[in-house]
Amino acid sequence: MSENKNNLVDQVLIKLKNWARINSPWAIHFNSGSCNGCDIEILATLTPRFDVERFGIKLQGSPRHADVLICTGPVTLQARDRLIRVYEQMPEPKFVIAVGSCALSGGVFDGCYNVIGDLNKVIPVDVYVPGCPPRPEAIIYGVVQLLEALKSGKPKEPITVTEPVPEVVLEEEI
Amino acid sequence: MTNSSGEKFVVPIGPQHPALKEPGQFQFTVDGEIVTGASIRLGFVHRGIEKACESRNYTQDLYLLERVCGICSHVHATAFALGVEKLAGVEAPPRAEAIRVLGGELERIHSHLLWLGVAAHEGGFDTLFMYTWRDREVVMDLLESISGSRVHYSLNVIGGVKYDITDKMADEIRRGMDFLEERTHYYMKVVTTDDTFVGRTRGVGIMTKEHAERLGAVGPTARASGVERDIRFNAPYSAYKEFPINMIMDTTGDLEARFIVRIKELFECYRLIREILDNLPESDLTVKVKRRIPAGEVISRVEAPRGELLYYIQSDGSDMPARVKARTPSLCNWATISDVAIGHKLADMPMLLVGIDPCFSCNDRLVQVNRPNQTDLNWSWDDLRRYGIEYYR
Repeated sequence: MSENKNNLVDQVLIKLKNWARINSPWAIHFNSGSCNGCDIEILATLTPRFDVERFGIKLQGSPRHADVLICTGPVTLQARDRLIRVYEQMPEPKFVIAVGSCALSGGVFDGCYNVIGDLNKVIPVDVYVPGCPPRPEAIIYGVVQLLEALKSGKPKEPITVTEPVPEVVLEEEI
Repeated sequence: MTNSSGEKFVVPIGPQHPALKEPGQFQFTVDGEIVTGASIRLGFVHRGIEKACESRNYTQDLYLLERVCGICSHVHATAFALGVEKLAGVEAPPRAEAIRVLGGELERIHSHLLWLGVAAHEGGFDTLFMYTWRDREVVMDLLESISGSRVHYSLNVIGGVKYDITDKMADEIRRGMDFLEERTHYYMKVVTTDDTFVGRTRGVGIMTKEHAERLGAVGPTARASGVERDIRFNAPYSAYKEFPINMIMDTTGDLEARFIVRIKELFECYRLIREILDNLPESDLTVKVKRRIPAGEVISRVEAPRGELLYYIQSDGSDMPARVKARTPSLCNWATISDVAIGHKLADMPMLLVGIDPCFSCNDRLVQVNRPNQTDLNWSWDDLRRYGIEYYR
């Protein structure tokens, strides 16, 4: 009997945690060798026109407080160890969003001597947002896709956000 | 500070840190709250673009070099295109040159507004950050309507530009400039009169003219210290010959002066853009350039939003450059930080760092210092890769 009761409490707790996570994911941003373009667009999502905080998403500094790692750029050799360290410092469950063509495939830097070229080779990625750089709408759409997937449990297959983002979808989200 | 055993107290910051969006590591030696020494470690975003240029043709390089930096992408491509055109012995048509300058000035507006926002954010003034970034969207929309992209415009091709400015677009740009000019007056007022802001900037990080010249500062950082250094003015390139600019100077050399210089430059940008739109020359947009560029070498200098940008291009007569070297403004300005930081409080460091408008993706170049007993100067791909792995281990 007591076991069942514990199970029930656990289940409620899990549901509660999931609810809280979906309503207020905290994100950390790491630049692993990007040209700055994607980083600026990520920053632009915080600003009044795009205002990602309306989804409860907060960009903050410490990996220990973060649920989502937003990563830009091809992974350079010296950023790799730091990226892995940041990733390992994040508490479970953690999710990774790869933003920009470089993080997807190395992009224009594919084949450079100091570049690994694919975020997926270093850490597991949950959402891919292509574009060079992706528009802020696309980045928001990517985050929202992750949140949608979270509602039905952790995504098993990586999601790729297509670009351009259909206007209609965003309207519905608001 | 040294404790009883003679060890210094060092505060490490980075490479992942909340202040800036790019990785860079700083080590401040502190005595209590006062900084007594500063060192900077760069190179986390070193990708090896210069070497990669040698294995791509000139057209591909244009796109690659645009991605040296996501803030001043257009000037990188402009510098490269101007250099290659000089090597090929062609000149872009006047309309193309004017559109290049127009793009460059629009980019300067977006870069300065972006910087103003980030600087306000570092100063703990997030309201101004939100305001400037909201207004920055106006110029982003204009750039997007011209080129179709918000960050990497790809305006340039070798021998001209891709996109034309239609009358409708010109009106749109004029309207945008009117709006931004009005807003910039407001920012000027905030930066020079708001107590919270002035307290963080006035008299902080003073760099004298001699100091700036000795440390080799460039761009607005140098101009705020009274150094007359602006490539658009000193050695006009492209359409700056027909549309001259006024150099904006200040002599105070503190952080506030850097704010004022950049904001005054915004007004200069608005004026220049209006002038270009009113007097846009009629001509083709491109001239034909052969795929193989004649052998030779050239130095091309342009004024990026952060200061002088220099490209050295060497051609061996094939369709790929033999050597491309970029000297970016942020790297020149870094030296001023480690020098000016000494004697300031640790809390002033974010503002000081931001004061030079740092851009890490521009910074991370490999510089080889020639040792006396070293004879082999050519580094192969494998050498570089091995060196990179060893260095950053």
